[in-house]
Amino acid sequence: MGSFFGELWSLATYHNILFLAKGALTTIALSAFGCILGGLFGTLLAVARLTSGWLSWPLRAFALLFTEFFRRVPFLVTLMLCFFAFQFGGFDVSTLTVGCVTVVLIGTAFLAEIVRAGLQSVHPNQWHAAEAMNFTLLQTIRYVILPQAWTVILPPAFGFFILFIKDSALASQIGVVELTYVGKVFNNRGFSAGVSFGVILLAYFMLSYPLSRLGAKLEKKLGTSRTR
Amino acid sequence: MDYTFQYGQVWPYLPYMIKGAWLSLQIAFLAFCGGMLIGTVCAAVKTFGGGFSRHAVNAYVVFFVNTPQLVQIYFLYFALPDLGIFLSSYMAVLLGMTLNAGAYLTEIQRAGFESRRQSEMEAAEVLGFSRLQQIRYVILPHVAKVLFPPLSNHYILMTLGTSMAAIFGVEELTGRAFNINSETFRSLEVFSIVAVIYVFVTLFASVALALFGRFAFRTKMRVV
Amino acid sequence: MAHLELDNLSAAYGKLRVLDGIELSVAKGETVGLIGPSGSGKSTILRVLTGLLKPETGSVRVAGKTINFDKPSEIRTLRNRTAIVFQQYNLFQNLTVLENVMIAPTKVHRRKRSEVQAEAEHLLEKVGLASKLESYPDQLSGGQQQRVAIARGLCLKPEILLLDEVTAALDPELVSEVLDTIRELAAEGMTMVIVSHEMGFIREISARVAFMAEGKVVELGTPAEIFDTPKQDRTRDFVGKILRH
Repeated sequence: MGSFFGELWSLATYHNILFLAKGALTTIALSAFGCILGGLFGTLLAVARLTSGWLSWPLRAFALLFTEFFRRVPFLVTLMLCFFAFQFGGFDVSTLTVGCVTVVLIGTAFLAEIVRAGLQSVHPNQWHAAEAMNFTLLQTIRYVILPQAWTVILPPAFGFFILFIKDSALASQIGVVELTYVGKVFNNRGFSAGVSFGVILLAYFMLSYPLSRLGAKLEKKLGTSRTR
Repeated sequence: MDYTFQYGQVWPYLPYMIKGAWLSLQIAFLAFCGGMLIGTVCAAVKTFGGGFSRHAVNAYVVFFVNTPQLVQIYFLYFALPDLGIFLSSYMAVLLGMTLNAGAYLTEIQRAGFESRRQSEMEAAEVLGFSRLQQIRYVILPHVAKVLFPPLSNHYILMTLGTSMAAIFGVEELTGRAFNINSETFRSLEVFSIVAVIYVFVTLFASVALALFGRFAFRTKMRVV
Repeated sequence: MAHLELDNLSAAYGKLRVLDGIELSVAKGETVGLIGPSGSGKSTILRVLTGLLKPETGSVRVAGKTINFDKPSEIRTLRNRTAIVFQQYNLFQNLTVLENVMIAPTKVHRRKRSEVQAEAEHLLEKVGLASKLESYPDQLSGGQQQRVAIARGLCLKPEILLLDEVTAALDPELVSEVLDTIRELAAEGMTMVIVSHEMGFIREISARVAFMAEGKVVELGTPAEIFDTPKQDRTRDFVGKILRH
């Protein structure tokens, strides 16, 4: 046990701590990037699924297929598909780019579902009133539905962000320098697996736990404000 | 883009892939069962237990829920040998997934326990039901109905989670995809087929679970 | 020429026939009351008139022009000429009272904001809610919310106002303030179709009353004819039961 702390001490060099911080930053950035762009595209997909009329049928079908596909394929497989798509497509991009594209694809699919559930949680009466006053679908969503839906959307969306931080660990497999990759590097440099991965587990914990407490507070606040 | 798709080279591997999918399902199932056992015990402790055991369970749950499953398995597979415990890759994955599932399922089941309705229990007590009868006829049916959707959902997530076993050399579906890839180099074809298999497998599972839920509990679960 | 004409109008929700050969005409400035038991199709007629339900057969004519329900542009025209006030007020919960009244004219009809605001404030004052401009719907009573809904409908400058059981969801003591508002509108010459259970009010305010049952207009006449000397047995039954209260 003494050697554990001894190793820990020798791990804690300025250089290593910086490296660890970089990994943590990349991990958060990946998840945030996936959630922000995923939120944007996901909202578009959610709105697309709400259109009616046979002209927009391909749009609805695409939205449905995209959402279902990327929610039902494991992160690792999507990552590999992106990796090889870029490689065989002849694009010489960084592994970080591949990771970013992957998280946006997956984030879009999951957030599309969350947004859709939120939009549908608004009482049909609100939709009817807007329709009777000649609002277009986009106007209805923009001025009436979305302002009311976001309190329903935000808690699960934030929860997904926290979940995504852990899922992004798989990006290490193509060499993205995020937290898990840092752990593997430490291990390769000679530190024992217990210390290397123990530190990484702790790092993830310190990212995830405060955020989940924040999420719980957010949920409480939004839950009560909804019954304003 | 110069790539020409040659699915012809990959189709012959389909039975091999299906067997891999079957292994994925097995791993998920075993881990789920183990997780349920842990979850039930821990949820009971959290709801009814005394101070120290509650804190211990809390620590376990909070730790496993806030760290990635991948790193948990890394730890088990690479760190335990230093303590003299040598796990095969399959066992490490199974243990990691079980412990991970146990934590999540504890929370899910705890929410289920807490949904028990005091008024129903009092009514049963007044009618002369024994504690055991109360549990069997009043509490369990309701709690089971409340628990079924989130548990089903988590099971689907776990099925997708088995994919990381490939990293440790386990030959479940994703692992076999890597194998086929290193033999044929038809990466896009292999992984696209594997992706579609995952979609079908989870869709099938979702539909089966939704139908079962509708039949057994009259819960209306959405598949898509 | 009648302002609004319904000609052999039939409509259905899936297999359920909800309107069956409705014939009705409303003159300009006239108030027509629709009464009848639940499910008789009264509210359904109003839904057709706002384009929320497409008729199966028959036609709807506004100021002589037939509406083609297959053309979205004509449905838009229909909605521009009518305004509906719902039983559940259906105010936008995320907007203040003033914003609720202003939003459709500014965003949908693209009228000038200053002009709309002046008119909205005038209308809200007219319905007695000048002090509540910055309040949110859930801070108001049912009666107040309903009056906002009426002001919102009026700000659209409709030719025809449709009122769908607007007092049904209100506590009794809040009903009269809404009825007062509607009385004023009738006196000012607004063409209105009112669906209501408030028989006394319908009798007082309507030029003509239609009694409906099972999707059909059973009898149509002046309030005196319908309430005092109904010709159809059905009508007599209904009126007798209602007025006995």
